[in-house]
Amino acid sequence: MNGVSLQLRILAIIKQVPDSNAAIKVLPGGSGIDFTGLKLVPDPFDEYGIELAVQLKEKRSDVTEIVALTFGSEKAAETLRVALAMGADVGVHISDPKLESKDEIFAAQVIAAAIKKDAAGFDLILCGKYNIDLDAGAVGPALAEFLDLPHVGAVTSLEIATDGKHFTARRRIEGAEEVVECGLPALLTIEKGLVEPRYPSLPNLMKAKKKPVTMLTSAELPGLEASNEGVRFESIAPPPPRPDCKFIDGEPPQMAKELVRLLQQEAKVL
Amino acid sequence: MPDTKTPDFYNIDSLLTDDERQVRDTVARFVDDRVLPIIADCFEHERFPTELIPEMAELGLFGPTLKDYGCAGLNNVAYGLIMQELERGDSGIRSFASVQSGLVMYPIHTYGSDEQKNRWLPQMAKAKAIGCFGLTEPDGGSDPGTMKTRAEKKGGDWVLNGAKMWITSGSVAEVAVVWVMTEHGVRGFLVEKGIPGYTTRDIPHKFSLRASVTSELFFDNCRIPESNRLPKAEGLGAPLSCLTQARYGIAWGGVGAAIACYRETLEFCRQRILFGSPLINKQHMQVRLADILRRITLGQLLALQLGRLKDEGTMHHTQVSMAKWNNVRMGLDVARECRDILGAGGISVECCPVRHMLNLESVITYEGTETIHQLIVGREITGVAAF
Ligand SMILES: Cc1cc2nc3c(=O)[nH]c(=O)nc-3n(C[C@H](O)[C@H](O)[C@H](O)COP(=O)(O)OP(=O)(O)OC[C@H]3O[C@@H](n4cnc5c(N)ncnc54)[C@H](O)[C@@H]3O)c2cc1C
Repeated sequence: MNGVSLQLRILAIIKQVPDSNAAIKVLPGGSGIDFTGLKLVPDPFDEYGIELAVQLKEKRSDVTEIVALTFGSEKAAETLRVALAMGADVGVHISDPKLESKDEIFAAQVIAAAIKKDAAGFDLILCGKYNIDLDAGAVGPALAEFLDLPHVGAVTSLEIATDGKHFTARRRIEGAEEVVECGLPALLTIEKGLVEPRYPSLPNLMKAKKKPVTMLTSAELPGLEASNEGVRFESIAPPPPRPDCKFIDGEPPQMAKELVRLLQQEAKVL
Repeated sequence: MPDTKTPDFYNIDSLLTDDERQVRDTVARFVDDRVLPIIADCFEHERFPTELIPEMAELGLFGPTLKDYGCAGLNNVAYGLIMQELERGDSGIRSFASVQSGLVMYPIHTYGSDEQKNRWLPQMAKAKAIGCFGLTEPDGGSDPGTMKTRAEKKGGDWVLNGAKMWITSGSVAEVAVVWVMTEHGVRGFLVEKGIPGYTTRDIPHKFSLRASVTSELFFDNCRIPESNRLPKAEGLGAPLSCLTQARYGIAWGGVGAAIACYRETLEFCRQRILFGSPLINKQHMQVRLADILRRITLGQLLALQLGRLKDEGTMHHTQVSMAKWNNVRMGLDVARECRDILGAGGISVECCPVRHMLNLESVITYEGTETIHQLIVGREITGVAAF
């Protein structure tokens, strides 16, 4: 890690996920979800991390570089490009069918291996508090563990000291707000609302094509195989269909009686 | 499985480049987040949402095909997709962008001096200056060759007299590109807000494009220096070439408006239960939905091929005429059909089809009425001008 100079190098991790408005179709047999024609977007929580990194660079002269990293399919290049258009300087794209897995602990291992390959090291690693596709929230904490870094989760506000060596972060917990102080380097996962992600402008989207992107596959990250998985994916099923809605007709007194009868005899909740 | 939801029934997405898709998705997101939540209210209260202008500029929506002046240098298909998404929001928002890019930045870029370009284009890309385009006059927009507004050379200056009508963004514009008759034929001038003899007045009581400013421009012995004349614009061909740009964008816009109506109507048909089953299960409703999807799909293919021709440099203006005619007619018919399917709720501004339907009544008239485009294509077939 870059503990020597008064310079901050930031890594922001961003995953491509299905759009939250898209209808998810489960493959026959529950082997996964059908990605054909599925609209994919940058994870909105990870976008907070990118935006935070860009705002830090705009405000502070000691931020030397923002690296955006994505681990996903070939198509995830689109998401990386959004991050670069928002203001990240360079990209890292880990993509290899051999590394495909739904286990976030394994994903964290892969990302940790990629980070360890980077000689300059990072002072601050940012990602969303969870990704909207798997809702597991394991990548951040697991990555911190693999990199032996302190981790602060679901951060709602952040102040980095002028010397760039430690920070104060706030996080919302049940009924209170927690304030933590921590040294850098560290890994932070970001809660909604910390910053408002900008739209990548169209000129920046075009310029982003020219920013350097390092491609990594299992060849560059040896020793990692999806069989390392801590959690094995079994199957996926669509949520059960909503039961039919029943309309009760009649005058209010009869309707109330009928409702009580249904709740007692049919729904058996009374 | 063909995508009937977005809709993209013919997988037209696969004909787009990564750049084009990403531009579209970026603008789509802006429209979903920023335009859709406020636009019904703007329409109802006849208010143009000026608060969106800085964000649109920040996104790079003005002059996006230009390569310099801080613009994105996109191709024409990407530009078309921007117009499609903006009009999916509202024709008024798309009109604002069309005028700024196609009718003001384009003529300054094409017919302006270096000094005019350097002065206006960077400012206009950032929307620090807003523009309008004055061609139509009170006595008949379809025949601009008979325009009455005149400019006479007096000393080194030009003196303008006359009026323009139905001018989008007229009163909010810092600069108007005004087309007037001179003794040498039609010429274009950059008329700046606030100069003596130049006034504007907004046109009230519109039932269409209510989220857009439409104004009259008046010139009363208005003195314009020669340096504000567009030096390379000679004759009616110059303003008509601007119209080709804007009409091209409108051909995409019609698709956007139709998509908005279709999405809302399809959802309604899924939810609405009549005679014991949802509307989507009714044979006649399926025929109507299938017909709407057919029309949208044809419009999408027409717009895309037009864009490819434009990017190749082989597009002919009569092809633009056919696409503007077809796609605005398609959008209007789809909007009316959707309005009807929504039943009584369909007359409320809370549902988008009635707003699009009313808006498209302007769009089918401006930039050449439907009849004018039919006559342009007719002339192309027969070689005979029958205007
Ligand atoms: C909301 C709005 C915004 C506008 N913004 C602008 C702008 O920014 N700048 C600008 O310059 N103009 C603008 N216009 C004006 C628009 O371009 C004109 O309204 C249009 O060109 C038609 O002109 P007109 O209204 O005078 O109709 P007319 O030309 O008088 O036409 C009347 C009718 O006659 C038909 N017709 C015309 N010629 C023939 C023919 N030969 N044979 C048979 N039928 C014919 C037409 O199709 C139409 O139905 C705008 C209009 C609207 C409604």
